[in-house]
Amino acid sequence: MATHKGFSVRRVGAATIDGMLRLGYATRFLARTLLSSGTSFRRPRLVVRELYFTGVLSLIIIIVSGLFVGMVLGFQGYHTLQTYGSESALGVLVALSLVRELGPVISALLFASRAGSAMTAEIGLMKATEQLSAMEMMAVDPIARVVAPRFWAGFISMPLLAAMFSAMGVFGGYLVGVVLIGVDEGSFWSQMQSAVDFREDILNGVIKSVVFGLAVTWISLFEGYDAPPTAEGVSGATTRTVVTSSLAILALDFLLTAFMFRGV
Amino acid sequence: MSDNNLIEIKDVSYAYGTRPILTGINMSIRRGSTVAIMGISGSGKTTLLRLMAGVMKAKRGEVWVGGQLVNDLDQAGIYKMRRRLGMMFQFGALFTDLSVFDNVAFQMREHTDLPEAMIRDLVLMKLHAVGLRGAHKLMPAELSGGMARRVALARAIALDPMLMLYDEPFTGLDPIAMGIISNLIKALNAALGATSIVVTHDVQEALEVVDYVYYLSDGKMVAHGTPDEIRNSVDPLVRQFVYGEFDGPVAYQYPSRKLADDLRLSA
Repeated sequence: MATHKGFSVRRVGAATIDGMLRLGYATRFLARTLLSSGTSFRRPRLVVRELYFTGVLSLIIIIVSGLFVGMVLGFQGYHTLQTYGSESALGVLVALSLVRELGPVISALLFASRAGSAMTAEIGLMKATEQLSAMEMMAVDPIARVVAPRFWAGFISMPLLAAMFSAMGVFGGYLVGVVLIGVDEGSFWSQMQSAVDFREDILNGVIKSVVFGLAVTWISLFEGYDAPPTAEGVSGATTRTVVTSSLAILALDFLLTAFMFRGV
Repeated sequence: MSDNNLIEIKDVSYAYGTRPILTGINMSIRRGSTVAIMGISGSGKTTLLRLMAGVMKAKRGEVWVGGQLVNDLDQAGIYKMRRRLGMMFQFGALFTDLSVFDNVAFQMREHTDLPEAMIRDLVLMKLHAVGLRGAHKLMPAELSGGMARRVALARAIALDPMLMLYDEPFTGLDPIAMGIISNLIKALNAALGATSIVVTHDVQEALEVVDYVYYLSDGKMVAHGTPDEIRNSVDPLVRQFVYGEFDGPVAYQYPSRKLADDLRLSA
């Protein structure tokens, strides 16, 4: 990688070229992963194993966070809505906030720091300890055997985790709004049912979480596979996974939201 | 190439960019023999090993393994060749998420349709050959350095390879573990009817085990011969290496200015 001292046009140019090169590598890596996915479909047990590590083990943090976010929404929403005397719309506010935005975004951020960083560190260390080379020497392609199953596991688990997050959030909002504060239970649920649209809200939320899942898994796996095989390299890659994933999630969220809700 | 030789390397050169790593290497390795490639760190011996395994391709010259020209093989061809090749890595490179048993069974499960009962018997036999049948339930983290190396050896011989490659098999082992590994290299070569190549800088251990030695320096083949010929070599490069002399053709001092200049004594 080219480095130049001081601030200069050359330095900006070098950084741009490096960034572009990395993006190119990352894209080729993704293409190779997709093309080598045959093994994952022929041997679903490989994917199921990774589903356990990326999905099941992320459940606790997703459930607890969802519950708390929902409870906070209950308080804040009630506080604002009651000014207008419309606290019966609390269910709508909680559900829409979660399904459209908070569910996909926060669960993706949590997924990046819980499962994404773990994937990067694991693959980076496998590389540093020559496990990936050993696999290649045994005529087994590490992209097909190690990377692709993790990719599909991330792809599958992210939307499910986001759904779980939203469901727990709605439950949290119910606990605070109805059980604790005493908003009318009937209007809480019935207004929610009539206001939340399946295509407009839920489906768009699912699309978001799928896109975030792809982005986070792609970044995590690439950073791990590309990590310099040293302790320093792996720790740097893990940090980059979390930082890049978080920025990617928020930027993608803006783009997707702009496309989805522009008319509403 | 003649049928007696498993490996023939003809005038091979390799460079990283413009920096030459290997220049004009010629070797022929007889079937059934155990050969050492020696040299100091950075002499290009690991690169030579990688060329044989098809990890990298020679920029010039020909690498023949088992009657196939490795230069010409595509990825599928390389993978096919590697199924008949076992490699033991410097620190074992065991899969840390799999038990000892599953590590040894890895290639059998990936490349064959053998029933699980037969895999079990085969794995236990391979582990028995390295004296670790009783350790099959352990995880790699629970093994000592020497034991990990032996498990890696059992994993490498899982599919009865025709060629065994050892990358620094003795590094960081205590004398007992070293003795065990060197005996295993010898015994397994005979038992498998394989050919073994040991890349190492542990001179005394290696000279005990192998039939023939190639000595690399700065990417060039500077000497080769039987262990006795190497021990009695008059080449100063080889002598310095074999007897561990601290100064000689390989200089002790990193290139520098005159000491007096560095200490500013010649004002």
